[in-house]
Amino acid sequence: MANKVAESISREEFFYGHKACAGCGGSLAVRIALKSLGEKTVSVLPAGCMSAVGFNFPQLCFSNNSIISTFAGTASMLTGVEAGLRAKGYKDFTAVGFAGDGGTADIGIQALSGAIDRNDNIIYICYDNEAYMNTGIQKSGLTPFGAKTTTTPAGKNIHGNIRPKKNMFEIAAAHDIPYAATASIGYLNDFIAKVQKASKIQGTKYIHVIAPCPTGWGVAPDKTVEIARKVVDCGLWYLAEYENGEFTLNHKPKEFSSVEEYLRKQGRFKHLTDEDIKIIADSRDKKWEHIEKTFSYR
Amino acid sequence: MKPYIREKKSFDFSEVPKNTSFEAGYLVTVNSGWRSIRPVINQDKCVGCEQCYLYCPDGVISIKNKKAEIDYDFCKGCGICAGICRVGAIETEAERK
Repeated sequence: MANKVAESISREEFFYGHKACAGCGGSLAVRIALKSLGEKTVSVLPAGCMSAVGFNFPQLCFSNNSIISTFAGTASMLTGVEAGLRAKGYKDFTAVGFAGDGGTADIGIQALSGAIDRNDNIIYICYDNEAYMNTGIQKSGLTPFGAKTTTTPAGKNIHGNIRPKKNMFEIAAAHDIPYAATASIGYLNDFIAKVQKASKIQGTKYIHVIAPCPTGWGVAPDKTVEIARKVVDCGLWYLAEYENGEFTLNHKPKEFSSVEEYLRKQGRFKHLTDEDIKIIADSRDKKWEHIEKTFSYR
Repeated sequence: MKPYIREKKSFDFSEVPKNTSFEAGYLVTVNSGWRSIRPVINQDKCVGCEQCYLYCPDGVISIKNKKAEIDYDFCKGCGICAGICRVGAIETEAERK
């Protein structure tokens, strides 16, 4: 039984022997993205899990050219890498950045916004594990409502994070970016297709991929892929694209699975009351009203 | 070519590279000590659909002769492969040392 998707990406491993936790979603996203882009890829990683687990002297787990950037400067360094290689006469290469949710939505948003404004020919991949996991699970701009982190603890009066998740995908799209997409590591076929599509488009590309963290989310290591599928199936995350000024929805669940079932599987949502879950379910319905109004579905 | 394990040398400060690290894919330590469970592939049941190869976060599963094969030097025993396998060809057992 041949697997067409597996055939379409490189057989080589470019992110191998790293020290990420067992079952890490972020490392799966980085591994698959690099295999989709091939060996002529220069990757830029800011401070975050993927740079911490990939570069442990003398161990170097990246087999392609790879560099650590400042926390805020992923997109700026990508601009420099792309311009430098172009000035040296290289034509067939991809500059790709892998930043976490904090490095994208909080600390690196200015550099990313600048790069999209200049329309530099780069791919920016945000692996979203919904908190600053590398430093010990602090709340970021992409932490969802109700999630317990070390800086938003669950108490008697306040049940975890009180703010909703920033809509980073539509923020990137609002720049009128040539290509932006959302993905999930639970649906790799979709993610691989989006990375391959992005590599063929001229200009700045932004891909936002949900990558569950077993340590921070409080799920078993073997359940990260399953939970990344569940978050799409229950409607709290969606697979969509933005291209030529239009939003497209790629996957429409016929019927949403239970939000409660998804939340109760995770340690970070264990404290939620039924009312909190209703708030989350209602915000999902509101979000999907917006999606059905503005997104086309093919 | 898959990255492979190299000989671990000791360095003194003068030998530490001043620009970048080493050549790409330079591995000196294994991850096998992390495992508490060990995935084992049943070669008779495996149909070579490559789903486990795609979903392995560490990329330790490769396909040889249309059957999956695990590199136990770098497998951390997360168990994702066992959950993803549709034909139930991957079983997990306790890691014994």
